[in-house]
Amino acid sequence: MKDKQEAVVAILFFYFIEFLDSISIGYEKADRQKIILINNFIGGGNLTDNRPMIELVGMGKEFVSKSSTVRALDDINLTIHEGEIFGIIGLSGAGKSTLVRCINFLEKPTSGAVLFDGIDLGSMKEKDLLKARQSMGMIFQQFNLLMQRTALQNICFPMEIAGFSKKEAKQRAKELLEVVGLSDKAKAYPSQLSGGQKQRIAIARALATNPKVLLCDEATSALDPTTTRSILSLLKEINQKLGITVIVITHEMSVIEEICNRVAIIDQSRIAEIGEVEEVFARPKSKIAKQLVFSGETHIDTFVGAHKCRIIFDGRTSFEPVIANMILECKAPVNILFADTKDIDGKAFGQMIIQLPDEESSRKKIYNYLNTNKITYEEVM
Amino acid sequence: MWSEATVKMISVGILESFYMIFLSSFIAYIIGLPLGVLLVVTDKDGIAPRVSLNKALGVIVNLIRSVPFIILLIAVMPFTRAIVGTSIGPNGVVVPLIIASAPYIARLVESSLNEVDQGVIEAAQSMGASPMQIIFKVLIPEAKPSLIIGGAIAVTTILSYSAMAGIVGGGGLGDIAIRYGYHRYETEIMFVTVIILVIMVQVIQELGTLWSKRSDKRIH
Repeated sequence: MKDKQEAVVAILFFYFIEFLDSISIGYEKADRQKIILINNFIGGGNLTDNRPMIELVGMGKEFVSKSSTVRALDDINLTIHEGEIFGIIGLSGAGKSTLVRCINFLEKPTSGAVLFDGIDLGSMKEKDLLKARQSMGMIFQQFNLLMQRTALQNICFPMEIAGFSKKEAKQRAKELLEVVGLSDKAKAYPSQLSGGQKQRIAIARALATNPKVLLCDEATSALDPTTTRSILSLLKEINQKLGITVIVITHEMSVIEEICNRVAIIDQSRIAEIGEVEEVFARPKSKIAKQLVFSGETHIDTFVGAHKCRIIFDGRTSFEPVIANMILECKAPVNILFADTKDIDGKAFGQMIIQLPDEESSRKKIYNYLNTNKITYEEVM
Repeated sequence: MWSEATVKMISVGILESFYMIFLSSFIAYIIGLPLGVLLVVTDKDGIAPRVSLNKALGVIVNLIRSVPFIILLIAVMPFTRAIVGTSIGPNGVVVPLIIASAPYIARLVESSLNEVDQGVIEAAQSMGASPMQIIFKVLIPEAKPSLIIGGAIAVTTILSYSAMAGIVGGGGLGDIAIRYGYHRYETEIMFVTVIILVIMVQVIQELGTLWSKRSDKRIH
């Protein structure tokens, strides 16, 4: 009799737990959280990378005016994963600003779909769309702070919109001021702040409603190089500490290099190239990518000598004395015409253009050396 | 000429003028402010585009504004009588003053709100703000200094309109100036009332500018 009672209790308890599990988080999410936990515990690569946060599917945007139709974006297919810093780069007029505005539906795409965390924004009712936007913070080139409000009130602003209580909003705003390192500026008006400080307030404001994504539209383009670096490191810190997916729109390759994991290059309304930043830097395929990556040596054709070769350092070989060894081994002099190395994500990347000797045999030796040592190179005309 | 009666008459005139100006400014703003906001938000590039409504409002505003006040004053007399029971005296003037100044105020409000940085509005939209939230939390507070300046301009314009109302026996300083200065050739009294009007305009304008500057957080 007693055994039976215990068994019933145990079964009921089991179902109760199952029930709680199913209503509170759902199996899929629970599994994902376990994976994240395990992953964080073992300290391995980020498995959450695989979960798409924003998906653009065949997205296009046309601006129709009386006299003409302008195709600003054409057939954009892009998946941005949770927790990554994704860069979108292009020359001005390429359509990148329109692209970022399509992600939060400030501009409605004229074709294709935008999925945010798996949900199609185009299918949402206006009210739900406004709610969804609260999960996407955005910062701008011109900061766009409310000029008649103090720094603290500016940070409270999105929380007022989202319906936080005044007390709660103020409390959180103070915490955020600390995160961006401007606790002493709570009562300052934007006109009393420097550009970098304004952008920090804008970042705090964008983070106020706990967004999943932070959209940065040319966020550092109005700032000097030193301030740019400090803002970028703040964005990186936010990405790492809070796990927020960051999307960076820029026309500066240095910004991409500094913080992005992956990059999409937009040219003439389309995606010209997309990939890991290291890969795109080391081996740019499209014309526009080459132009952006090698912008430092635009006048390559003015270099003297008929035989030139570009050696690419892909992080592995950069600290080895490649050139010195090559000269010693091949016993052929080379002339260094151009060299540029960059620190990307902790690894050294770069390229060097050397002028090869005129004798055919020496050149062959050099190419052999490069091939056997698995050094990436290409001939430059 | 400066008998007790004259002084009393002028003091009453001042009070009547104040009464007309502030009552009609107040009611005209109740109509004009929302109308101005509508003109801005329903614009094709506004936050809640309603192109046909916007055009219709624009035409109505322009229509009323294009009628000279002196003609409007006479034209709306039956309407005025129906509403306040009289078409003369301060109360009889308030109605045409409101009709004439509300569209004017709407245009002033429209231009003030259009000064608000488009980027700030976009930032609010990116946070999921509804059009109503943008109106009350962004457009109006950000345009406040400019709205105050516009307010001073509106009040001084209403003051000059109210003086014109003397033609139909509207009461106030303008009425005195026309009756004594124009009809009875008593230039001194006209002179005095005009000077008082000038001082009133100066004071209202200066106060408006001062208030606007005080409230503007962009200048420090």
